[in-house]
Amino acid sequence: MCTVCGCGTGSVEGQGHRHHGHDHAHDAADPQHHHHHGPNGDLHFGTGAAGTHVAGLSQARLLEIETDILSKNDAYADGNRRVLKALGAYAVNLVSSPGSGKTTLLCRTIGMLGDRPLAVIEGDQQTSNDADRIRATGAPAIQVNTGKGCHLDAHMVGHAMDHLALPRAALLFIENVGNLVCPAGFDLGEDAKVAILSVTEGEDKPLKYPDMFTAARLALLNKIDLAPHCDADLDAYEANLRRVNPNIDILQVSARTGAGMADWVGWLEARLAAKSDKAAA
Amino acid sequence: MHEMALCEGIRGIVEDQARAHGFATVRSLRLEIGRFAGVEKDALAFAFDVVMRGSPAEGARLEMIDLPGRAMCYDCMVEVEIEARLAPCPRCAGGRLMPVAGDEMRIKDMEVV
Repeated sequence: MCTVCGCGTGSVEGQGHRHHGHDHAHDAADPQHHHHHGPNGDLHFGTGAAGTHVAGLSQARLLEIETDILSKNDAYADGNRRVLKALGAYAVNLVSSPGSGKTTLLCRTIGMLGDRPLAVIEGDQQTSNDADRIRATGAPAIQVNTGKGCHLDAHMVGHAMDHLALPRAALLFIENVGNLVCPAGFDLGEDAKVAILSVTEGEDKPLKYPDMFTAARLALLNKIDLAPHCDADLDAYEANLRRVNPNIDILQVSARTGAGMADWVGWLEARLAAKSDKAAA
Repeated sequence: MHEMALCEGIRGIVEDQARAHGFATVRSLRLEIGRFAGVEKDALAFAFDVVMRGSPAEGARLEMIDLPGRAMCYDCMVEVEIEARLAPCPRCAGGRLMPVAGDEMRIKDMEVV
């Protein structure tokens, strides 16, 4: 499997989706879209290169590359960003541990957003359970199964966006694979990462997994209705979040009782309005 | 972290470069890895050997260059170098630091034949 592009054992599941037009011609003919795992193609010795030939050492030479390892992912992310910008659509990448309540929070959020155009991309290693839960709310959803992959990447998300036919000024929710490590490093083209942290997880979680909370614009401290039952210190949660990210916004919510959810919906609507106004102007 | 996926990325770049510049073999490859990149270097070296099999970089010598971690201290408002992600500010001992450099993961250069 190619974990970078998700081809191989990964799959995109949705309304009658087939991996169309993307059977990854695994060849060298299409450099824009190749995910080539086999031996490379033609070789042309001595035809030039950026030319730092080391004299006298046969054809050995030093090639200055200076290329980010994730540059392919970043190029796909830029493509996604352009599509979103043209539509005036606002995308959030929801990241958290497994079991923080992402899908429950999303279902409640969708209910509160009423008729506003929105769509959901669900990432999990296996099953379409989460996309099924979202579709039950009436919202369009595509499940991306990453197979063995531990995160969504921009290429998978681009495919899923193609199939969602996102309306103008829509909110796009991308629910990443439950994992506080790898998704921090993969830009999907989203406008903001939103980290969800539930009060049953331990106050020091931001210190244990700082990268994700550093990358996030907003942290939703979820399941606050459970705080009295598990001796959770909400102030300590907030202090630790600000320790790893002094700029982070924090909202305390309970997707179950609805507490704080209006603030979260307000946060989304304000950012969507700012972006879609700019696109319309 | 995702060292295997990173090596798939390296392999893709190596194969693109081999096509563009016409070389068959990578003798050595130098990576620059920031202190806060979350890369486990032993795991990366292991994955590199496995993932490069059958590519121009099979058997290539891998060298990793560490880049320092830098952060803005929100207490004294100065950019400082820190050794660990949760280390306090070396100037004021404050704890509110936002990383500004150290998440680099890039291929610097390759010696090719």
